[in-house]
Amino acid sequence: MRQALSDEILMSIDKPARYIGNEVNMVRKDLSTVDVRFAMCFPDVYEIGMSHLGIQILYDMFNQMEGVYCERVYSPWHDLDHIMREKKIPLFTLETQDPVKSMDFLGITVQYEMCYTNILQILDLSNIPIYAAERTEEDPIVIGGGPCTYNPEPIADFFDLFYIGEGETSYRELIQRYRENEKKGGTRKEFLQQAAEISGIYVPSFLDVSYHEDGTVAGFSSNNSHAKNTVTKELVMDLSHTYYPEKPLVPFIRATQDRVVLEIQRGCIRGCRFCQAGQIYRPVRERDVEFLKEMAVKMLKNSGYEEISLSSLSSSDYSHLNELLEFLIETYQGKGVNISLPSLRVDAFSLDVMSKVQDVKKTSLTFAPEAGTQRLRNVINKGLTEENILHGCDLAFHGGWNKVKLYFMLGLPSETEEDMRGIAELSERVAETYYEIPKSERNGKVNVTASTSFFIPKPFTPFQWAPMCTKEDFLNRARIVNNRMKEMLNRKSLKYNWHEADVSFIEGLLARGDRKVSKVVYLAYQNGCLFDSWGDSYHHEYWLKAIEDAGIDIDFYTTRPRKEDEIFPWDFIDAGVTKEFLLREWKKSQKEEVSPNCKVQCQGCGAVRFGGGICFENKN
Amino acid sequence: MKIRIKFAKYGPVKFVGHLDMLRYFQKLVRRAEIDICYSAGFSPHQIMSFAAPLGVGMQGFGEYTDIEVHSTKSSKESLLSLNRSSVEGVDVLRYIALPENTPNAMSSVAAADYFVTEREGYETEPALFEKFREFMALPEILIEKETKKSSAIIDIRPMIYDMECVEDGENLGIHPMAGKTGIFLKLATGSVNNLKPELVLKAFYQYLNREFPVFAYSVSRLEVYGNAGSEAKPDLKPLDFFGEEIL
Repeated sequence: MRQALSDEILMSIDKPARYIGNEVNMVRKDLSTVDVRFAMCFPDVYEIGMSHLGIQILYDMFNQMEGVYCERVYSPWHDLDHIMREKKIPLFTLETQDPVKSMDFLGITVQYEMCYTNILQILDLSNIPIYAAERTEEDPIVIGGGPCTYNPEPIADFFDLFYIGEGETSYRELIQRYRENEKKGGTRKEFLQQAAEISGIYVPSFLDVSYHEDGTVAGFSSNNSHAKNTVTKELVMDLSHTYYPEKPLVPFIRATQDRVVLEIQRGCIRGCRFCQAGQIYRPVRERDVEFLKEMAVKMLKNSGYEEISLSSLSSSDYSHLNELLEFLIETYQGKGVNISLPSLRVDAFSLDVMSKVQDVKKTSLTFAPEAGTQRLRNVINKGLTEENILHGCDLAFHGGWNKVKLYFMLGLPSETEEDMRGIAELSERVAETYYEIPKSERNGKVNVTASTSFFIPKPFTPFQWAPMCTKEDFLNRARIVNNRMKEMLNRKSLKYNWHEADVSFIEGLLARGDRKVSKVVYLAYQNGCLFDSWGDSYHHEYWLKAIEDAGIDIDFYTTRPRKEDEIFPWDFIDAGVTKEFLLREWKKSQKEEVSPNCKVQCQGCGAVRFGGGICFENKN
Repeated sequence: MKIRIKFAKYGPVKFVGHLDMLRYFQKLVRRAEIDICYSAGFSPHQIMSFAAPLGVGMQGFGEYTDIEVHSTKSSKESLLSLNRSSVEGVDVLRYIALPENTPNAMSSVAAADYFVTEREGYETEPALFEKFREFMALPEILIEKETKKSSAIIDIRPMIYDMECVEDGENLGIHPMAGKTGIFLKLATGSVNNLKPELVLKAFYQYLNREFPVFAYSVSRLEVYGNAGSEAKPDLKPLDFFGEEIL
């Protein structure tokens, strides 16, 4: 098998197995039977990218299509990046080790803002012009997808097209139109015109954006008759009769997700007002429990994994969770298969399940109250109450657990000092709950870890209008929490961690940025920014210089309060939830009013028009 | 019941490190539905032990791992399902039953065969065989061996059981070596005495009074041996000599 890198290079870099491909269940195809080659890229290091379920689903889907060969690409780590630049080695796919530039498509999944410079690295190392406008017929069509592309504007200049929404639905047609265009010798532009007609496809070069004098968006207009003015997200309505990777790729080196991942449902009924995923994946759609049982068995058999993880935004809300877990426990108990249950509400049922499938001594309980007081939890519409948390902890402490992790956000709209102190006080009450148990029934000391991240307003959430805190303000708030922690009676059982403020600030800029921000991304990359989500690799000063050189006022994008009728850079995208609904929720949050979840009462978010999911269950 | 598995690791997979190979085999036996035994306790793990770790970048054609199983199909059937579940570059060659009292693979390793070939495009010793034959005739070979804490001058000659210049690797019995020219080494391996082929090459270049070109040679391990004799009178046998086919 041909390798793109010599033995000497592979011997001199960290974890060479990142670059050799050849993993279990890797797809091989006879290239003489292939007419469309698709490079699928996760722009981060291999171990992160290989852990992503979405890529595995699309890899499986594309490779089921006749004549299409989907291969993978990940970001070369710093060590190899240097060597490839020095020796002028073009970036290659893992499967055939062929140059990315020789592919028909390069699809890049954009999962978080801090990978934007990695996208430019992928293009650059592939010898594909960074700006879409400079590409020729020789270059692959560069497609973006994933949650960050719900506001594609800060990276719009780097992509030929974006696929907005879930990948299972429109790719077949896109490939078909590509083939037809190739057959008649059509140009790149002719293909983009064809693509622009497909549901969910957005071609940035066909959309003009005009601005007011104050820098806000004045309007959008399509400059090509093939392109739509509004791009509606794609989604799969029947998640039980669709692609799912029965034969997952199994990496040689340990990936972040070193297990079978079973996605039990998409979307979330909860409607937390800060959460983008909770809005853009509406409506909630469950997978059939029989489908999941069958997949679990096949995937464990085909991969040899010793662990399976149930994945969703809120697994406790899955209506057949009990049945699924019982099946898994019955089938695999004593057979060396672990079951891991992230995002599960802590109650008697889940504790019973966890004590059956996990080592109580090793695992910790996780709660995400997100805010320190009930008032602020109402503002953000987080349904979890202090009583829920303390009751869950009490049950767990009696069951032998003694480690608790609490996740909070700082800088939420309307947050006061009382809310900040509340983070320490809630942590204290968790510790107190533990010490109320008679000593003989306790399992040593309790360990309560509170972590805060800084709140970053995201597009398509009720908080898209909210101003973000300044860096100084963030750090001040963390200090208040920290000081209060130290005053607590059980302070020796409490631990407090807070995030870096610098990187949150840049994330805030990119999250709600417009097309003008692309210059910042470009300059930051030229300054040497890469792997910005990796603490050690992050260089704040390079970003600051890029912002200055691009002539961008960061406060305009981050700390500025937005008017209710402002047109946002992402408003040409229809994410399913209406702007009226989001605004309604924004106003309710200011009145500290909660909204019941989708199962209790429909809030009229707009997702009902997709004609399925939770919106049509429990009716009659 | 103890089973010994012999396998080859070659091609790009040679860049998969030892611990990751261990994880690879854990998943491989599950895919192949081998009825492997798990240790007791809350975090049970498979009972599996590798003979001798193979360095990253080195190919192996006679590698071993021992496992314990509750029950087993025949050697032939087991080989078939293991190879069906494996990747290109990891071939399972033998699957044999070990007598109950056989020491495990790791503790029984006594020696290993290596084949050193020149890599294309690198500057190597032009009169390789001629010089190497001179080197082989030396009564003692002193070299500085570095350990984690210190370094010491040692004589590695007694740990070299055999050295040969091979014009054509065909006779080595390993298919990918056919037609290749190189140096064959049989070296002490294991927990008592352990000599790495790189150290022999280093000593050779020290003898030539030239700087050792780290990437110029490619090393493959051909076979791993246990001692069927005594310490005083060793009788080296390939590790698969100690088991029997399951019919």
